[in-house]
Amino acid sequence: MTKASSTPGKRVGMTGDEAVANSMAVINPDVVAAYPITPQTIIVEHFSDFVNDGEVDTEYITVESEHSAMSACVGASATGARVFTASASQGIALMYEILFIASASRLPIVMAVANRALSGPINIHGELTDQTVCRDTGWISMFSESAQEAYDAGFIAFKIGEHPDVSLPVMYGLDGFILTHALEGVYPLDRKFVKKYLPEREMVHPTIPGNPVSSGLLALQNYYMEIKYQQEIAMDAARKVIPKAFEEFGDLTGRYYKNVEEHQMEDAEVAFVTMGALAGTAKYVVDKLRKAGEKVGMLKVKTFRPFPEEDLAKALKGIETIGVIDRDLTFGAPGPALYTDIKTSLYDHKERPQVLGFVAGLGGRDVAQDEFNYIYKQVLKNKGAEKSVPVEWVGLRK
Amino acid sequence: MTSSEELKKVRIPPAKELMRLKDRLAPGHRLCAGCTAGTIARCATLVTDPDDVVIFHATGCLEVATTVYPFTAWRVPWFHNAFENVAATASGAEAAYRSMVKKGKLKKVPDIIAFAGDGGTYDIGLQSLSGALERGHDFVYICYTNGAYMNTGIQRSGGTPMYAATTTSPAGTVIPGKMEWRKDLVAIAAAHKIPYVATASPADHRDLMTKVRRALDVEGPAFLLVDMPCPRGWRFNEKDSVAVAKQAIDNCYFPLYEIYDGREYVLSRMSKTIAKKPEKKVPVEVYLKGQGRFKHLFKPTKRDDLITLFQQAVDQEWEHLQKLTEMY
Repeated sequence: MTKASSTPGKRVGMTGDEAVANSMAVINPDVVAAYPITPQTIIVEHFSDFVNDGEVDTEYITVESEHSAMSACVGASATGARVFTASASQGIALMYEILFIASASRLPIVMAVANRALSGPINIHGELTDQTVCRDTGWISMFSESAQEAYDAGFIAFKIGEHPDVSLPVMYGLDGFILTHALEGVYPLDRKFVKKYLPEREMVHPTIPGNPVSSGLLALQNYYMEIKYQQEIAMDAARKVIPKAFEEFGDLTGRYYKNVEEHQMEDAEVAFVTMGALAGTAKYVVDKLRKAGEKVGMLKVKTFRPFPEEDLAKALKGIETIGVIDRDLTFGAPGPALYTDIKTSLYDHKERPQVLGFVAGLGGRDVAQDEFNYIYKQVLKNKGAEKSVPVEWVGLRK
Repeated sequence: MTSSEELKKVRIPPAKELMRLKDRLAPGHRLCAGCTAGTIARCATLVTDPDDVVIFHATGCLEVATTVYPFTAWRVPWFHNAFENVAATASGAEAAYRSMVKKGKLKKVPDIIAFAGDGGTYDIGLQSLSGALERGHDFVYICYTNGAYMNTGIQRSGGTPMYAATTTSPAGTVIPGKMEWRKDLVAIAAAHKIPYVATASPADHRDLMTKVRRALDVEGPAFLLVDMPCPRGWRFNEKDSVAVAKQAIDNCYFPLYEIYDGREYVLSRMSKTIAKKPEKKVPVEVYLKGQGRFKHLFKPTKRDDLITLFQQAVDQEWEHLQKLTEMY
């Protein structure tokens, strides 16, 4: 078991879940309220070890459901405390109601999502739909490609969420099993770093004794819209705060993150665009294709909400065709989540690439080199097609 | 304070002193005329130090009527999350206060009161309540029961009395209102073996206030079920609210008692009097007849069969309660 106080600069082997728990041990949140669910369980188990071994002084509430997990997070965060939780799939679905209240109450709760397919049929494996369906909840939403990125995400999430201009909850995903349970080398951080990067949370109107403020009021036709609009303003503010949080994190750690990460995009004619762990495989395939002389690149969308329209448009300038690979699903829509967001974002740009959509890897199905090579082939085949090409499901049993 | 013996000694200041205090719930809220939720909330919060109390609230009548944005009737810190989760919300805050105490940011964990109606407690909030009681958070949960979802328009809840007509259990030509006896929420709370459980009523406000103070003083979770006559939902004259509450004590439909440590049942003053002088126990028919929600038991034809069944159920529960109080 890794210790909370691992030495920075020395790479340590840990699973994605362990990485999340370890990062929280360093952050030492005031309150953690969580309920176990595969594939998030290692996070809560590992964190319980830290609590019971006295490595953190967090008040850890082992709630009786995810609905209560998020409810307790709201109650705790309303006092001004720094609060963390983790969940997945059905758990996220169960707490869905309270996700909206957390953001409307402007509480910077941080949640790790061990991305897992939603029932039914019941399935415990990796898929991002549990998080993409939260796109309208008012949470800032990010994804990770590696255990290192999941480790770092916790620090960055609090930094963004607790910024006074933002004051919004943040969720960050790590693909179930592919990241949560796979062992990777991670460079840990320490509490000295936390002190520098993450000053104590300051809340304007905390629910504490002696401060007679009412929060969570009934707002009817005359005020509801204004309160929702304030959330929109906060989300817009996050667009400015996020790059700064990434930069500051990079200056201190050497690891610079971006809303949209570009890989081999120089002189690329076509590109893959995806989120989460699929980005790792995409990079690998792109490198191979490059060696074979193919002009292909890759974009990883790290920040899903607020959606980085401008970053994407910039990164896609001059690209002829993109293949958007969604490990998520929405029925009866023009396409899956990332695909439709990208298409919408690009609509107003005169110079915009042709956008092809692919659904892959649902329920944890492997998306390996073969699948990417197939997608690449399809991208080339449909490149420049006059008619719109329907979203294709990759790797479907015939 | 932990021992039940010490707890039993907890008293509240005399009326003279309490009357001089400023209400924690200000006038001008939008509760209906004759609503006893306001009475209960005022009584409960009057025995707290306004600088050392925090209120959490489930969605419900009292919540929507006291906090219509941008106004609030609360003079003490107050937070509302959702309908079914006030226990979880309060437990999160309690954990946060404990963390603040640990880090020297707060002297002590404040008095925490969670208010919820019967819908938010008997039904949709039961899991959240059970979880919080089991985990042992130091807070007081006050369920004010008006025996239906009054806020949404008098729909049936697990706390609705048998035969009461509600908008989802109407007095039909075939089915005469709600057919089930109410859930024994007090026993459910006590089964968690929490240090303090009690019933209370606006008909004995000093008893109510004493119980709130005991519930606050005890370490760990405490649960209070408070009868809350509702003129709109029960269909009685709004000036009679407290009288109706008193009837429910006098006929033993809503007896007043305490349960210490989940085991020791103690009858409170008004119910103790009836236990000692059974002749003082009033037939339940008087109570039923006084409320429009039971009028189908009397018109067009009097349903003696149903009234008798209701009476038998009350008697059975009252007998059982007395047996429990005799155990200690």
